Amino acid sequence: MSALENNRIVQAFADLRAEGKTTLLPFLTAGYPDLIATAELLAEIEQQGARICELGIPFSDPVADGPTIQASFTAALEAGVTLAGVFDIVKQYREVGGKLGLLAMLSYSIVYRHGSEAFCAQAAEAGFDGLIVPDLPLEEAGRFAEIATAAGMCNVLLIAPTTPEDRKLEIARHCSGFVYYISVAGITGERKALPLETIESVRRLNDQIDTPVCVGFGISSGPMVAEVCKAADGAIVGSAIIHQITDAVNKGLDRAAMVDTVGHFVGELIKPVL
Amino acid sequence: MTPETATPRDGYFGAYGGQFVPETLMKALHQLDCEFKAAWADESFRADFDRALREIAGRPSELYFAERLTRDLGGARIYLKREDMNHTGAHKINNTLGQALLAVRMGKQRVIAETGAGQHGVATATAAAVFGLDCEVYMGSEDIRRQALNVFRMRLMGTKVVPVESGQKTLKDALNEAMRDWMASVETTHYVLGTVAGPHPFPDLVTAFQRCIGSEARRQMLDREGRLPDMVVACVGGGSNASGIFKPMENDTDVQFVGVEAGGRSMHLGDHAAPLCAGSPGVLHGSLSYVLQDADGQTAPVHSVSAGLDYPGVGPEHSFWKDSGRVEYTTCSDDDAIAALMRLSETEGIIPALESSHAVAEAIKRAPSMGSDEILLVNLSGRGDKDCNEIQEILKRRGNGQ
Repeated sequence: MSALENNRIVQAFADLRAEGKTTLLPFLTAGYPDLIATAELLAEIEQQGARICELGIPFSDPVADGPTIQASFTAALEAGVTLAGVFDIVKQYREVGGKLGLLAMLSYSIVYRHGSEAFCAQAAEAGFDGLIVPDLPLEEAGRFAEIATAAGMCNVLLIAPTTPEDRKLEIARHCSGFVYYISVAGITGERKALPLETIESVRRLNDQIDTPVCVGFGISSGPMVAEVCKAADGAIVGSAIIHQITDAVNKGLDRAAMVDTVGHFVGELIKPVL
Repeated sequence: MTPETATPRDGYFGAYGGQFVPETLMKALHQLDCEFKAAWADESFRADFDRALREIAGRPSELYFAERLTRDLGGARIYLKREDMNHTGAHKINNTLGQALLAVRMGKQRVIAETGAGQHGVATATAAAVFGLDCEVYMGSEDIRRQALNVFRMRLMGTKVVPVESGQKTLKDALNEAMRDWMASVETTHYVLGTVAGPHPFPDLVTAFQRCIGSEARRQMLDREGRLPDMVVACVGGGSNASGIFKPMENDTDVQFVGVEAGGRSMHLGDHAAPLCAGSPGVLHGSLSYVLQDADGQTAPVHSVSAGLDYPGVGPEHSFWKDSGRVEYTTCSDDDAIAALMRLSETEGIIPALESSHAVAEAIKRAPSMGSDEILLVNLSGRGDKDCNEIQEILKRRGNGQ
């Protein structure tokens, strides 16, 4: 794992754990509502105190994503967002000194089309620090984790509530950066509360492994972030943030006002864990 | 044995297949795989399935010698495997009866399905009604508009038809939506996938339930002609009717197989639905197979006059057969399919489904250059009643409709 020594995600969790802290991991759809907005949102999210951010790469046929994120993917694709465009914006973000640990979350369909080696090399070169490929389960991953880590990136795998206990540990062993714990069986989307047993399972897992555990799917408010972070190292919020962006766009807010609104919302989400 | 099959990996056909799905579904797929294998090895399950095929689907379906068409074309003797005579009008019922029985065996009270033209939806609704299961069918809102009669048939049988508004609002989006439902309902629900695509074990399972087509045809052919056909032709969308008729004759190496994809308006990306002939390997809907994608891996738009073939992917075993050369794949244009539909209607009194018309068109093309001692078997996978409105519209636009 020496390739990951200076990895921003690994570093962020090492710092947080040393300080006894947890964190919020915001999710943005890359290129929604446009690529420049994504760059500004990244800067704003960093400003609000986040250390790590996920960038969803738009895909025509997402299966794990709920209606909010899917609609943002469709809009971004219609606006002509490509993988090359996303890499460019990440490069620019790094050139102006952006320090967030950045994960690309994307379908294996896209990775396969480009080829795992070529994709990982380009993603790392653009400035990504990690990958989440939700439709690449352990059985199909083959050498993918190796290729990603050789390029200096973490490879984050998902654990679902339906995952048997021994398999959870097996998945965790193949993870780097953190383990993505899916809070509920189903798709992404805002929910009012998480099942109690989820928090319990996360606590149990976190006690058993060294790799940090982050929880995602359905988290939509500051209090929920606080609740999750009692057991986890981080809370991932996606749909609720995309929802804010969509609302701002629908209200006709200009880019600066949209970024402000979303920044304020992220500030509320992260407050309990700052 | 080819090198690819020398080291078989469960769920793979050579390099193709697999389980490219979110972790949430892995447990359900594993469970389904185990349950299916146990059921398939269980004589009482097989007896139940055979009885359902006989008494509900109305099998065996006839093997029909198309005498007038044969005479007209002046070449190979043409036989039709009459899947259009099945209850609900197509081969789809074979699979849905098998999967409904499997759902009952697994103790799952609810089934869901995706549908394009509505044939698989109707077949699922039928099986659900027969076995008393709750049923919801996902269907693109665009398809709901085009296939109002099938929507009504499903509703009559107590199925809830759920409109899908995402993406292109057609079959692939309905499949995405059904997968999403399944991720949240997997403990109580079985997903009745309609074709030989999707993650393992669906390609195996659907092929198993459809192989009655080829087993019957093989036996009927031996009874009728004392030998096997020289060539078998089937249309390929996802590929279930083709797998069903090819699979039991896969090792009869003298039998040549031809799979016909939708050539649509032209062979430009977006104008057809022919991943095997014009696509490349990629991942879609849980498996690695030939697919129509752009350079970034986004699914390309597809077109076919036949809604049942209007799909950008194909079952992984077809990709394997393409690479191994066991099956020859070709395309048939919208226009040729329509012409074949009209010709079979006039010469044999059989109105084929637009999907099956693609296979009929290929037979019409090939038969004249074959000897009169040769036999060409066409899988007539469905009847054309559902397409009559569409054909009427098309003929009206051409100015020769009645």
